[in-house]
Amino acid sequence: MAIADVIDLLAGIRPGSRLDRIRRERPDARAQSQESWRALFEPVHFGPVSVTERFAVAAFVAALGGEPAARLFYAGTLERLDPDLARTVAIVAEAGATTGPYGGYPQGPLSVEDRDGPSFAVPSPHRAALGRRLTAAFEHAHLLVFHPRDAAPASLQKLLDAGWTTPGIVTLSQLVAFLSFQIRVVAGLSALLAADATLAADAALAADAALAADAALAADAALAADAARTVEEPA
Amino acid sequence: MPGTALTHPDYRGPNAFVRAELGWLPWLEPLAEADLTDRHRAGLVDPSRAKSPYFMLLAHDPDVLGARTRTDKDIFYNTSSGLPRADREIAATATSRVNGCIYCASVHARFATTHSKRGVDVDRLLDEGVGADLDPRWNAIATAAAALARTPSAFGATDIAALRQAGLDDTEIVDTILGSAFFNWANRLMLSLGEPVAVDA
Repeated sequence: MAIADVIDLLAGIRPGSRLDRIRRERPDARAQSQESWRALFEPVHFGPVSVTERFAVAAFVAALGGEPAARLFYAGTLERLDPDLARTVAIVAEAGATTGPYGGYPQGPLSVEDRDGPSFAVPSPHRAALGRRLTAAFEHAHLLVFHPRDAAPASLQKLLDAGWTTPGIVTLSQLVAFLSFQIRVVAGLSALLAADATLAADAALAADAALAADAALAADAALAADAARTVEEPA
Repeated sequence: MPGTALTHPDYRGPNAFVRAELGWLPWLEPLAEADLTDRHRAGLVDPSRAKSPYFMLLAHDPDVLGARTRTDKDIFYNTSSGLPRADREIAATATSRVNGCIYCASVHARFATTHSKRGVDVDRLLDEGVGADLDPRWNAIATAAAALARTPSAFGATDIAALRQAGLDDTEIVDTILGSAFFNWANRLMLSLGEPVAVDA
């Protein structure tokens, strides 16, 4: 069972509504945004990044992103997959909360625009619960979410040293970068919906009812996909 | 044995936003052309992208790359309705300016210039940032893009009112949202997987 369109779900866009019709004027953007989501969260090949890692990073990024529907959705999905991990992720995300973008520029005329901000480290009580790979992934995700212009080869070296491979880093980077897109589309479309009070009332009802159920659906689908993979590729 | 990130100490990157063409050097090994399978080729979408280290690095996850590229093309190239191409490129350039992606900003500043013939204004966006006074329409688009680039997003009723005041209808506002949001995806990949370098004339 799959979700038809995560952006519609999170932004509360109902079939046949005005914003639905507008979204469908960019049919590939609509369909391929969802296809990107599927390729990241319900892929044919999970490859070097496990389903739990994917949803753990998503829950962390969505919590940092501050868009309420996305935060609830990804937190709910991780909760279904691994409740203990979901609690840890929520605490760690709270420790990482800040505002972006900030960061430095190569020395020169842009140096006046350098803006300081935190380099996030997962607090030590939670590093063991997350493990090396997820600890490194969360620290990198925080960099990408809030201050991507500070990235350097050393940032990727930390991931490599924590056991991430090049294909795994590409998938992780796409996951965080895609969510940076998806969360903003949801934020933007939600704001547009809210700008029309009548539509907003409809949307809020639809979104609230659908969110909890669909977070469960996503988790079920991911588990099923993971189970299928285990059968195909015995360790 | 962990792998090693690639460094390029012999190359010097730009230290300002420029409209000139730049190169991009990866920090992880891209796929080699000889290693491409049909699945990789499908992910690259355009065969010519096998020459690009950026796309060949992203081809390590070909399914995501393919969907990303098709999303990108429809947001920027589908002009059957909505925002003119130049305005979409202003959203992309403004977003890249705020996030600090010198490479992305250069590419889309060139596209914006090609489609608008307003190189002077585009250069002012690069030089002065999203506060540059360009014209009511571009000001509203750049301001909206900047608000959406913040984490958490600061985009809201004020931005929508300003876009409407500048003459954008809701299809055009959705195009502004999509173009800006997409560059929050693209900027993060370009900024974190490699670096821009000056191309010698």
